[in-house]
Amino acid sequence: MPAYERFRPKPYHSKISIFWWIKRKPYVLFIIRELTSIFVAIYAIILIIQIHAMAQGPDTWDALMISFSMPGSILLHVVILIFLLFHTFTWFKLAPKAMVLKIGKKRIPGSLIIAGNFIMWILLSAGIAWLVMSA
Amino acid sequence: MGRYGPNLHDVLIVGGGGAGLRAAIAVAETDPNLSVAVVSKVYPMRSHTVSAEGGAAAVIKPDDSLDEHAYDTISGGDWMCDQDAVEAFVKEAPEEMIQLEHWGCPWSREEDGSIAVRPFGGMVKKRTWFAADKTGFHMLHSMFQTTLKYDPIRRYDEYFVTSLLVDDGRCQGVVALELSTGKIEAIGARSVILCTGGCGNVFPFTTNANIKTGDGMAMAYRTGVALKDMEFVQYHPTGLPFTGILITEAARAEGGYLLNKENYRYLQDYDLGVPEEKPVLRSMELGPRDRLSQAFVKELEKGRTFEGPYGPFVHLDVRHLGKDVIEEKIPFVRELCRKYENIDPVHEMIPVRPVVHYMMGGIDTDINSSTSLPGLFAAGEAACVSINGANRLGSNSLTELLVFGARAGISAAEFASKQQKPSNKLEALANDERKRIEKKYFSGYAKKSERISVIRKEMHQTMERGAGIYRTEASLKNSRSKIRELQERLDSCSIRDETFTFNTELIAAIELSYMLDVAESIIESALNRTESRGSHQREDHPERDDQNFLVHSLAYRAEKESPRVEYKPVTITRWPPGERKYG
Amino acid sequence: MAEKVKIQVLRYIPEKDPDPFYQEYEVPFRKEWVILDALNYIKDEIDGSLSYRWSCRMGVCGSCGMMVNDIPVLTCETFLEKYLPGPVRIAPLNYFAVIRDLVVETDGFMEKVKRVKPWIIREEEKPAAEGEYLQTPDQLSEYKQYSMCINCMLCYAACPVVGLEPKFIGPAAIALAQRYNYDNRDEGQKMRDDVLLSDDGIYECTLVGECSVVCPKHVDPAGAIQRYKVTGATEWWTSVLLPFGKK
Repeated sequence: MPAYERFRPKPYHSKISIFWWIKRKPYVLFIIRELTSIFVAIYAIILIIQIHAMAQGPDTWDALMISFSMPGSILLHVVILIFLLFHTFTWFKLAPKAMVLKIGKKRIPGSLIIAGNFIMWILLSAGIAWLVMSA
Repeated sequence: MGRYGPNLHDVLIVGGGGAGLRAAIAVAETDPNLSVAVVSKVYPMRSHTVSAEGGAAAVIKPDDSLDEHAYDTISGGDWMCDQDAVEAFVKEAPEEMIQLEHWGCPWSREEDGSIAVRPFGGMVKKRTWFAADKTGFHMLHSMFQTTLKYDPIRRYDEYFVTSLLVDDGRCQGVVALELSTGKIEAIGARSVILCTGGCGNVFPFTTNANIKTGDGMAMAYRTGVALKDMEFVQYHPTGLPFTGILITEAARAEGGYLLNKENYRYLQDYDLGVPEEKPVLRSMELGPRDRLSQAFVKELEKGRTFEGPYGPFVHLDVRHLGKDVIEEKIPFVRELCRKYENIDPVHEMIPVRPVVHYMMGGIDTDINSSTSLPGLFAAGEAACVSINGANRLGSNSLTELLVFGARAGISAAEFASKQQKPSNKLEALANDERKRIEKKYFSGYAKKSERISVIRKEMHQTMERGAGIYRTEASLKNSRSKIRELQERLDSCSIRDETFTFNTELIAAIELSYMLDVAESIIESALNRTESRGSHQREDHPERDDQNFLVHSLAYRAEKESPRVEYKPVTITRWPPGERKYG
Repeated sequence: MAEKVKIQVLRYIPEKDPDPFYQEYEVPFRKEWVILDALNYIKDEIDGSLSYRWSCRMGVCGSCGMMVNDIPVLTCETFLEKYLPGPVRIAPLNYFAVIRDLVVETDGFMEKVKRVKPWIIREEEKPAAEGEYLQTPDQLSEYKQYSMCINCMLCYAACPVVGLEPKFIGPAAIALAQRYNYDNRDEGQKMRDDVLLSDDGIYECTLVGECSVVCPKHVDPAGAIQRYKVTGATEWWTSVLLPFGKK
């Protein structure tokens, strides 16, 4: 830093450490959210691979299914499931921030918007489950 | 950069509060070619206008009239107002307020979308526009944000003005200290408007922000301009003990009661009407501020106030309004009580006591905001036009910022366009000022080891004792010699911090010198006015004396001695002096 | 109860100090004191050279924001008692350059505020003589929350994106833009989009959410930004799906 000169300010710029987030819980949670989103991306890739395999025909599909039943793969899926659930919860929790809904003059409270999201999620999951089961 | 080079402008405004910003826009709209400088010791949105709560008065509803607003103002001011100024004020008020609405001010509304108004102390009709109970905050931010769209407005944020530049018999700019660097330089202009607000900090217990130290008043006073009606100091009846935080009059306007320790609405004992359940205009809790604050002192003398760790207090009760009304109309009151008193006014009574709030007096200006020094104008609390007389009505001051801020802007723009460029001596004058300041304050603390905070504290004490709600000749004389002594002590006092970057100790020392000058003008004017009128109450002269004192005091500075006080008549147009009747 | 409290204040006077350092003071403990009262005590009684900004001491002028024990607060409304037994650590707001002691450089913030055009923009202005624009209480409530910002900059000090991407327009300025966008008197959203949908605008926000947590006036800038993201996304899709539609 240059030396101080009269009438010329010498503001101090602090440096940000790469561990800036470690000091406070909300920042730690934020970083966890950011890092674990990698697993969400991985699952998106897995889905694309599945669709691709399906398009290739039954042989490719079966081979993929066998590889999925390996212990390592199951473990990966369990980990992904946990993080996906984590992201679903945090995402729904944030929904009221972006959605301002009103009934008449009153703003719908955030808790109702969160509840609505969860209800829709459960209903849709149940619907899909029913489709799969009855097929 | 100004139109003529660095630090050279057409109109220069000192102060970025309501009046200053309104003036800046007025100049920019009068002539877009004029370059306008707003020099302020804080960023404009920090100015004390931000703290105003209750509202701003202007006739808007069909059942109201300009004459009624004028009469309320004049009787509220105990006939010390200049009536031509009041008439202009009430007439221009509505359009100014609508203009501010067009600039985005979020005024509270009726169901149909038109402007809502609320009752206020001393007003016979509902005419106080409000933005919940953060009216000043919203007005200031709306205006500040609006100034951002005008390119000719150049801001000098965090520049502290140390003196006015006078050359060739007219005001040609200011000397300012840039806080971030400590550089002291001239900013020249063809005309200057002082919008620096009041000086509540000469008293210990005030609603005023720390920045309100009478800077503009003292600077004008030092150039020989008179300070007018300085003896009239408004105490607001409801401040929180210890902090002095204001609990807005709107709390009473919405229906709050003032109760003494016997749970009795004591205002009924002081010619302010009979208690009713609902608020009655110009009656009881909606009486004028001077009378309410004086009633408090009488209650104290009768031993009917509570005694707390920070002095006596009474109760303000808004519980019967219910949570919904409190949340909608006075949410800030609730927020302040919860934060600073740890009480919830929905369930508990609020402890309150009178607190120094506003200076009716100020730099002597005419109806066009001009002072006696050519090229110098003033508006807002720093100025005294006078529309506030001996006691200002709540909600007139915010409107005054707009009406007289705009008037000052127009006058200063007109004056500027007729003048030559500022003189070329300004730099030299600024240089002298820089040397004076460095010599005075940076000359070795060790040799003269007195803290400025000690002098400030003693000033507070003597002003409260000598020039408070009730005054006597003896108390005032006492304070006069004390202030004299403090001025001498400050003269030979230095500061410890001799650095240039953001030296707030230096600023505080200069502010203290401003406050001491203003304090002496308050005391001398009060001492010479041997009558009681509005907020100026002399125990030794308890009656109003229209024969001798229906006149404005003009305090002129005298070097090393007490100021000289002269008088000039009050302008009466249509309302001859009468008795002030409330209730 | 403690008689005295230790206050550690970050000091930096560029004329003298090569780098900032913490200086410790001891102040008496008073129940009714806020942090600012303790600083004023230090300035008046112990060390007049300590510099910081303050003014209204009622939480509305926005001057006195500082980091107290690493969290940005308004020192005029934060009680000392909360930090007993101490020591209390007071530093200038995070991510801003320090001019001196607790005073930070603010011009950058002011420039960002100006960039979002925070004023009423209309195609045609109505003269004041023709009366007010109508605005029902419901229309007022659409933007009221965002109009409560006091520019205290605590949200900037809580936002790591502001620290890592200094050009980011930031929470308060975006909330202020929304204050005008949701005002029925205003017609200027398209002009504000230029700034807000730019690289320095809303998409920099990664939704840490701390801006809304530290906001002393419950403005909820995080909410304002997310709502703008929805608006921005909707506008983009509309322009893709309806390329010939009204822009």
